Amino acid sequence: MKAIIRITLKNGVLDPQGKAIESALGQLGFEGVEEARQGKLIELQVAETDPVKAKANIAHMCEKLLANTVIENYAIELLDA
Amino acid sequence: MTATVIVFPGSNCDRDVAVCLEAALGEVPIMAWHGDHQLPDCDAIILPGGFSYGDYLRGGSIAAQSPIMREVVSAAQKGIPVLGICNGFQILTECGLLPGVLMRNSGLKFICRDVDLTVGNTQTPFMSGYKRDQNITLPIAHNEGNYFASDETLDALEDNDLIVLRYAGENPNGASRAIAGIRNQAGNVVGMMPHPERLAEAALGGEDGRAIFDGLASFLAK
Repeated sequence: MKAIIRITLKNGVLDPQGKAIESALGQLGFEGVEEARQGKLIELQVAETDPVKAKANIAHMCEKLLANTVIENYAIELLDA
Repeated sequence: MTATVIVFPGSNCDRDVAVCLEAALGEVPIMAWHGDHQLPDCDAIILPGGFSYGDYLRGGSIAAQSPIMREVVSAAQKGIPVLGICNGFQILTECGLLPGVLMRNSGLKFICRDVDLTVGNTQTPFMSGYKRDQNITLPIAHNEGNYFASDETLDALEDNDLIVLRYAGENPNGASRAIAGIRNQAGNVVGMMPHPERLAEAALGGEDGRAIFDGLASFLAK
């Protein structure tokens, strides 16, 4: 099955890239953007067919490598489950 | 007195560090490859600067999981002195030997220039060649040098006197509490963003970095 992992900066962690995006959008004339935050999206194709096991395994991957939990949160979404 | 320099794909300060180590320790260091499963018998380990694994995912994150790093972590826990410079500092935080994380510079630009620093704690093999509150100049060259940790972690670093270097005057990268380098509680693991190996000979424009390697040599000679 396919898994989508969204990695986002925790609240309160300064996001200079998000700030640059926010200011670039303003300079292009797009109004009303109150805040921009940049994150990462990782897609995994996994062999595991049991969604509970797959999610637990991917959470372990996030803790170990994919996210740095000092500054980042992660959310796992399973497709074709 | 033998030091080991760990070489990752993308390391680019490994040879400069090796020259400094040879000058200070009087012995050519061992260069160990990231894929090795066994650490050579040695008295100190240096993780050099560079862009290990192209800085993919996060600076130092993939290097931190490489086979040799399991051995480095185990050696560090046994008390062998370990110094991480720049990308090496990022690797030390990613593998959990030091707290916090090095984030993107607040100004979003790669910064490559000399900076003024103030020495903090010197109770570690790598800082023993300096005096507390000494002002030194070293080059920085990084895109992710913005040290970040929770307030509790930052307070603990200050309360336990674990900050070894701070940016003096202007904070170049937005680092929390102007932190440029820290040590662990035991004192054998140090991480720093500045590059002492790039300013360790008068011919290079300054010698402020040499005390890092000389300090290690004096420590190992005891």
